[in-house]
Amino acid sequence: MIQAIHLIKQYKAGTGSITVLNDISLSVSRGEFLAITGRSGSGKSTLLYQLSLLDTPTSGKVVLDNQDTTGFTDDQRVNYRLRELGYVFQDYALIPSLTAAENIMAPLLMLGRSSSEAYVIASEVLAEVGLADKRDNLPSQLSGGQQQRVSIARAIAHKPKIIFADEPTANLDSETSEQVLQTFLRIHKQGQTIVMVTHEEEYTHLTDRVITLSDGQIIKTKKSRSPRGK
Amino acid sequence: MKNKLDTYSLALSVGYFLAVRDIRRASIWTTLLITFVMMLTFLNLVVVRGILVGLTEGSVRSYRERYTGDVLLGTLDKKQYIEDSHLPREIAEQLPQVRAVSARYVVPGTIEADYKTVVRRDEGADKANAVMVGIDPGREDALTNLSRQVVSGRYLTSDDHDAVLVGVSLLTKYQSAAGTGTASLKTADVGTQIRLTVNGIVKEVTIVGVVKAKVTNVDSRVFMLDRELRLLMGRDDFNVNEIAIRANGKSSEKEIAAILLGNGIDAQAKVQTWQEAQPQFIRDISATFALLGDLIGSIGLAVASITIFIVIFVNAITRRKFIGILKGIGVNSLAIQCSYVFQSIFYALSGSLLGLVVVYGLMVPYFADNPINFPFSDGIFVADVPGVLLRVVVLFFATIAAGYIPARIVVKQNTLDAILGR
Repeated sequence: MIQAIHLIKQYKAGTGSITVLNDISLSVSRGEFLAITGRSGSGKSTLLYQLSLLDTPTSGKVVLDNQDTTGFTDDQRVNYRLRELGYVFQDYALIPSLTAAENIMAPLLMLGRSSSEAYVIASEVLAEVGLADKRDNLPSQLSGGQQQRVSIARAIAHKPKIIFADEPTANLDSETSEQVLQTFLRIHKQGQTIVMVTHEEEYTHLTDRVITLSDGQIIKTKKSRSPRGK
Repeated sequence: MKNKLDTYSLALSVGYFLAVRDIRRASIWTTLLITFVMMLTFLNLVVVRGILVGLTEGSVRSYRERYTGDVLLGTLDKKQYIEDSHLPREIAEQLPQVRAVSARYVVPGTIEADYKTVVRRDEGADKANAVMVGIDPGREDALTNLSRQVVSGRYLTSDDHDAVLVGVSLLTKYQSAAGTGTASLKTADVGTQIRLTVNGIVKEVTIVGVVKAKVTNVDSRVFMLDRELRLLMGRDDFNVNEIAIRANGKSSEKEIAAILLGNGIDAQAKVQTWQEAQPQFIRDISATFALLGDLIGSIGLAVASITIFIVIFVNAITRRKFIGILKGIGVNSLAIQCSYVFQSIFYALSGSLLGLVVVYGLMVPYFADNPINFPFSDGIFVADVPGVLLRVVVLFFATIAAGYIPARIVVKQNTLDAILGR
């Protein structure tokens, strides 16, 4: 489903450059729940950005669903993200001028759904994450956990092939974090491929596989004892 | 082709979806402030030109209302008067399209005041050249409202055999400090007895009124009863020099001129519509002021475009993160740009709409009732509907460009950099 081949990501720093990802290769199977973990600055978020087409690697390639994404234009990346990927941001990343339902509707409308269709789908996915009664609330009227669940609902609404989540529980208390992870597990049980970055080791046991990064390299790969969270 | 159309159609609909919500949920004060700025920008486009053009337009209207009428028949070149004047006059009077006709005898002469106290030949006489005009007071008033232009004294009656109305340009007392550059009577005013000389024939008359029409051809003339001037001129053929015609309000000056030309009047008189009868200098000033107005309007348009550019740019920059997020979740650049263009169109249209209310609801009626008092005209405020609508359209398109460019600049930035705010 996902193949990263010899990924290198360097950033310019003064006259030199910093290597954040150093020759990373990995693959993710369809339906797998992969956790990427590591200390701060290890390159885990950078890896997620490359895999989710939010950024382009300095060298190496990312193949998604047998499609080489090297050489994609910005518009092609946007279009691919729209159709095939879902993204859950660390800070929820909801548009403040849109209600919970409208935040979910925006990409659906972009996919050509009518306004009424998009609203119905948005209502359904909000119900799925337990926020049926919050669909007309603005993000400012929701708690952090509720906002994150709206963000998840937005990521799954168009039934993407892969969901990427960047430290989705980082800003949440433990109880809300648990709720969010349960939401991910429920989606995963339906066969959804998920790649999640987290620095909270206690949640990695819920995933199928955990890779640990350090200094831009994979230093450990561990199969979870309870694959698919079962 | 169809795919492209679908892409544009989707971008437009998603852009509209985002724009409507952005506007609806923005701070009311921000929206009001931007709309107010856009209204001022619109007024800058319309008002400066409107007042500049209004200065000359006031003069043009005065010429029409107070001197030429809608059609003016004048003396042919190399002729002393309109031959067989009664013919065009009778034709005009019988036309249903005509409301009023006034025939005028016009002859150059001199006027002299204080002549009774001058005892030595070398003593300077209070004397000026003037154009004497013989009128029927009732007919002239019906056509030009001359009685309303009397600023001192009273209007002529049909019994005023030895009375005249004098234009302000001929009396020093009524002139501004700068004067008109022509000779005028220093000691004369209403009630003063003056001496008229026409073709060497002298007549003593009393000034009963002073007229000020802000029209050279009225303000530099001496008006008296037509029969009195005819006697003074020694004419008994009843041929006049000017016939002014007023349309009935439903007919155009062109229609009346065409009828007169169709009757062969051009063999006897120069047939001019009020536009053609305007002095060349007024036409030149009008053209120059309109050009100046357009020039200032262009600067106003540039200021408007830059204003919108800044508003949208600041708006887009402060929402850079959200633009990144929108791209991150698959909303393409075109849709985001459309959203900002829609927002700028909203601000431009609401500003223009408010501006239209101010222009037509306040300014036009106000200046119509209170013309700006310029020395050479009663300045009005010109806001012709096609001209104003043209400016709305120009502002609309300038807005699209001014909204699109900053949105494009921000949207083209790296998605991840935008999301992470780096």
